[in-house]
Amino acid sequence: MTDAPLLDVRDLRVAYATRGGEAVVIPSVSFQLNAGEALGLVGESGCGKSTIALSIVRYLGRAGRIIGGSIRFEGRELTSLDETGLRAIRGRRIAMVYQDPMASLNPVMTVGRQLMEAPMTHEGVSASAARARALAMLAEVKLADPAAVMERYPHQLSGGQQQRIVIAMALITGPALLIMDEPTTGLDVTVEAAVLDLVRELRSRHHSAILFISHNLGSVARVCDRVAVMYRGEIVEDGPVRSIFASPRHPYTRGLLDCLPTLGSDKHQAPLVPIAGQVESSLTRPPGCGFAGRCAHAEIGRCTSYPIASATVRGEPEHHVACVRAEELRQWTRRCGTDVAHEFVATTETMVAIHHLTKIYEPRRRRFRGTRAAVRAVSDVDLTAARGRTLAIVGESGCGKSTIAKVLSGLEVATAGRVTLDGVEVGALAIDARGPALKRKLQMVFQNPDSTLNPSHTVGYAIGRALRRLQGRAPGDVAGGVARLLEVVKLSPAMAARMPRHLSGGEKQRAAIARALAGDPAVIVADEPVSALDVSVQAAIVNLLTEIQAARGATLVFISHDLAVVRYLADTVAVMYLGTVAEVGPVERVFAPPYHPYTEALLSAVPVPDPDHVGARILLEGRVSGAGEIPRGCPFATRCPRRVGAVCDETPPPVQHFGDHRLACHIPGAELARLQTALVEPRSIGR
Amino acid sequence: MKRFVVKHLLFLLLTLFAVSLLVFTLNEFSPGAVARKILGAYATQDQVDLLTKQMGLDRPVLVRYVDYLRALASGDLGYSTRFKLPVKDVLFKHLANTAMLAAIAFACIVPLSTVLGVVAGMREASRLDRAILMFGTVVASIPEFALGVFLASVFVVWLGWLPGTATLLPGGGWSLPAQLVLPVAVIVLFDSGYVISMIRASMVEVMQRPYIRTAVLKGLPFRAVILRHAVRNAMLTPVTVIMLEINYLIAGVVVVETVFAYPGFGRMMLEAALFKDIALIEAGALVAVFLAVVTNILGDLAYMLLDPRIRA
Amino acid sequence: MSTPIAAGTLSASSPAASRARLVRRWRRRIALLGESTPATVGIAIILAWVVLAMLAPLIAPYAPNANDVLALAHTTPSRAHWLGTDHLGRDILSRILWGARPVLVIAPLAVLGAAALGSLLGLAAGYYGRWIDLVITRACDIVLSFPVIILYMIILARFGSSAWNIIGVLTLTKAPIIARIVRGMTLDLREREYVAAAKMRGESPLYIMLVEILPNARGPLVVDMCLRTGYNVIIIGALGFLGIGLPPPDPDWGGMVKDTYGMMMVWPHMALFPCAAISSLVVGFNLLAVGLRELGLRD
Repeated sequence: MTDAPLLDVRDLRVAYATRGGEAVVIPSVSFQLNAGEALGLVGESGCGKSTIALSIVRYLGRAGRIIGGSIRFEGRELTSLDETGLRAIRGRRIAMVYQDPMASLNPVMTVGRQLMEAPMTHEGVSASAARARALAMLAEVKLADPAAVMERYPHQLSGGQQQRIVIAMALITGPALLIMDEPTTGLDVTVEAAVLDLVRELRSRHHSAILFISHNLGSVARVCDRVAVMYRGEIVEDGPVRSIFASPRHPYTRGLLDCLPTLGSDKHQAPLVPIAGQVESSLTRPPGCGFAGRCAHAEIGRCTSYPIASATVRGEPEHHVACVRAEELRQWTRRCGTDVAHEFVATTETMVAIHHLTKIYEPRRRRFRGTRAAVRAVSDVDLTAARGRTLAIVGESGCGKSTIAKVLSGLEVATAGRVTLDGVEVGALAIDARGPALKRKLQMVFQNPDSTLNPSHTVGYAIGRALRRLQGRAPGDVAGGVARLLEVVKLSPAMAARMPRHLSGGEKQRAAIARALAGDPAVIVADEPVSALDVSVQAAIVNLLTEIQAARGATLVFISHDLAVVRYLADTVAVMYLGTVAEVGPVERVFAPPYHPYTEALLSAVPVPDPDHVGARILLEGRVSGAGEIPRGCPFATRCPRRVGAVCDETPPPVQHFGDHRLACHIPGAELARLQTALVEPRSIGR
Repeated sequence: MKRFVVKHLLFLLLTLFAVSLLVFTLNEFSPGAVARKILGAYATQDQVDLLTKQMGLDRPVLVRYVDYLRALASGDLGYSTRFKLPVKDVLFKHLANTAMLAAIAFACIVPLSTVLGVVAGMREASRLDRAILMFGTVVASIPEFALGVFLASVFVVWLGWLPGTATLLPGGGWSLPAQLVLPVAVIVLFDSGYVISMIRASMVEVMQRPYIRTAVLKGLPFRAVILRHAVRNAMLTPVTVIMLEINYLIAGVVVVETVFAYPGFGRMMLEAALFKDIALIEAGALVAVFLAVVTNILGDLAYMLLDPRIRA
Repeated sequence: MSTPIAAGTLSASSPAASRARLVRRWRRRIALLGESTPATVGIAIILAWVVLAMLAPLIAPYAPNANDVLALAHTTPSRAHWLGTDHLGRDILSRILWGARPVLVIAPLAVLGAAALGSLLGLAAGYYGRWIDLVITRACDIVLSFPVIILYMIILARFGSSAWNIIGVLTLTKAPIIARIVRGMTLDLREREYVAAAKMRGESPLYIMLVEILPNARGPLVVDMCLRTGYNVIIIGALGFLGIGLPPPDPDWGGMVKDTYGMMMVWPHMALFPCAAISSLVVGFNLLAVGLRELGLRD
């Protein structure tokens, strides 16, 4: 191996043109990547990680430009390379994989042609040779029936398949450096696990170096050798993966690790520890440490006057941190909050009961296509939520969890079955048919903070309007109520006059929660309320929800795909697959064996931010049966790694009861318990 | 596919019926007017009433409408009071003249606008883009008659290179192509402005898409990125617009035809309207609507063929 | 970013505070317009014409219909008549100034009418869907498939031409285009979560359409309205040119061209000046639309 690193970035300085002039978003970033190595670049939104990736390939667009520093790749200086030189490198020596695979593929060109372009352009191979290579590459990324896939258009494939194709497109010319920008964000957990494993395998086979950019610490731990943590345009800490996760030095890194719920903790112990403040953008920079405003250990003067340089940690030559107080801080252990755990109202009274719920979506006849098959979103589901408790519904896309939320809230009507809310039958009642008392009783918190508030109305108007409609107040009477609600969600009363576009994601979500609380609801349905938020903000919102629940005795129906958050937050968990309940029960029972095989696969797929975590990874192969097809047997049969035989395809699985824990599988529970190993460590306080 | 065809044919028929009924009712509401026009202003009311009765114009509207439809079905389009000829003889000749003008203009507009729109949109805010955008905006702002006046003042009055009218009458001294140059130029300039800005807007939007980034970062040369990836996507929406342009070219060119005294369809309709030549108005409206709906269908078909997402 | 409100000085919903916010918002918008050259130039042109039209009674050197028989001997531009006179001895400059007035009233009124009607139809079609959508869309398609000029000729020839008739016809024929735009946006916006939140607190469909959805469809709508206004000016001119515009002898730019273009070989100025007037006004509106679209994209 040569000594010179493959990629050598020194003092990179990047600026963006904004309305108020040019803003330096990356003041000085330096790192190196050796051949065959995998470096993870971790950070939250706006920290500049994507900017660094785009700077390397020089695709910053009209507004951004590199104003200083050097990027040396294979000995050549990239910042001063002309177009011809860049074109020779892009796609051939450096290749990129993107976040949204559907948008990254040309919708009007077949997959095959898009794959064949790169070798034909760079290596001048003939069409037939390029075609053979494309077929070979498709087989390598484990796509079934490569010849058929070549003729398909991108929209005819699933998200996971599209991402594999993008990866194939990147690797087909055998690049030395592969840049992956949030490659698994937006993919289902099990699909993500498969893609990450594929990346590891391909890496060892092709010896490409990888620059892996993500906000998900768990994915980074799975794929990378080294990690660099970024905040506000600077690398605050970098080092081998093990060191970073075992003994983080920078307060920000510690904060990130602290606020992640792990599969082994729950709310009864203590609240999550969020990082104070909001994620700050790199467009405005303070003179000193970028994190000082949120840091619990910041000292005025030392931390706020001049830029902080990166220093090597004593005793760990590969580990660097940019913090003047790094050596003074105590050894890190996984922190649990010191607040008193909330007292939870203990009742067994049922608030929400769902019996045999089925929801079938009739097809809307499209202009040009023929009639589509009806979609069975939910089939024969039974669930209950007790008053004052949290019922979590977990599953991947297409499992029906959002549909259940919509039926509960009246935005959709049940096709069959009964849904009762505090004894009142609401399954057949659309929201307009419900009386004001019922409307007050159940309110919803939505997923996307950018569209949960009307961008043309102030926050105060939105909350005030909810107060008027749900509590019948007069327009002049709402100001006090608005201020009180803002206080509950820990927003300043001045927020009432702001427009949503001036609020951060977390603030918008808080305002949405305040709006939902306007009628003092007995049931709050939260549909993925934290999935679109930054990690450090998620913890704060999750804490807020638990606090509100404890204070008001509200019932929380929490829908998510994030198992760690669910483990932390829920009392009862239901795992759904393709519209049916695979397993449901108290949270400790569901997260311990015996598992439904799908739960088992889900748990093993969750990326854990601990490189030492050794779990048997259960990868799901096979085809997901379409939601339109009514499976004769178990809906999971086509992908189940524990499938026993024809019985799984023919007969629906029997529901086995173990007290208040139910699971639907042909394999008897005792047998499952024998075969499976615990995937989640038991509760542990500290380390 | 079959459903598509059937549905659109039904819509075509429905539209034709609706429009013909509308036009018919509008025009024939005052039955006495026709007789009055034939007899002149000095006829007595009794004479007018007698002629009205004789022509059967005093029957209820719907009855007359059904008669009209029956006549249509047998190929009788009526008699033009303005041109003193059967409508059939007048209508199709004028339509053919306009069709010739429209075809030549269309053949110039599509390549010109496409090239300029793509070149402008592929590098947004470049100098070329600003120039093309300004050109398109200015040219689309000058009404056709004003364009005709401006061009005529240069090429007819000042330079004398081209004729000021295009009557297509023999013995005028100017060859057919020479007569057509100015009318076609006016149409092409005016229309292009709009089509260029549409194609440019679509192109600008496409260039922001992630798949263009993918293509560039694959190391493809710029020309390949534009021609293979960008253009095909950018033309999806403008195609329907271009089809609608044909529709406009049939009847909307009445102004140009008036400026240059061209015996076209639009001018014919104008004279029919001014002269209250009912039969001609009705027949002309039907033809215009028929063409409009057909171009609509063709536009949808083209969109369907070009976008694989719809095809499946 | 927004200017902070000092806590305690102004209660967030007091009328004084709302007025202050409104003023601030408009000042910001005007400053924003200044950043785009096309928008600034466009507005300058439009404002210039508005001012000229409003002041026409005061600044026009002659009455618009006064025949100056003496001038017939010498109709080209001179010191007495800056733009010359037409074939009846009427001062062209005065006629152009006076002719701006009806145009600047009819075009915007027609656009506002079309916007109001089109928005309501588009909102209803997009929000309710199903058969309401079908009926409205088909009706719009039928109106749109009618070549516009033909429709004008038929309606105006039947009902005669007056300012209100023209406004009515322009409204009717432009409303479907706006309805289509608004419908497209409504289809997209009604899936937004804040609309679901509004439904969950029991808001009526009318409230949701007008208060929750419509304000967010503003951007493309405003740009289109600018373009429509410019296009309406062209149509009004064309109608005048074809002889089915406003009745004579009141000055009408299109009519002025109609009367004089036949004499272009001898007196080109008579037709050229009104043509230039119309073109410049339309250029103003189109430039404003280009500028607004750019600003919208930039945000």
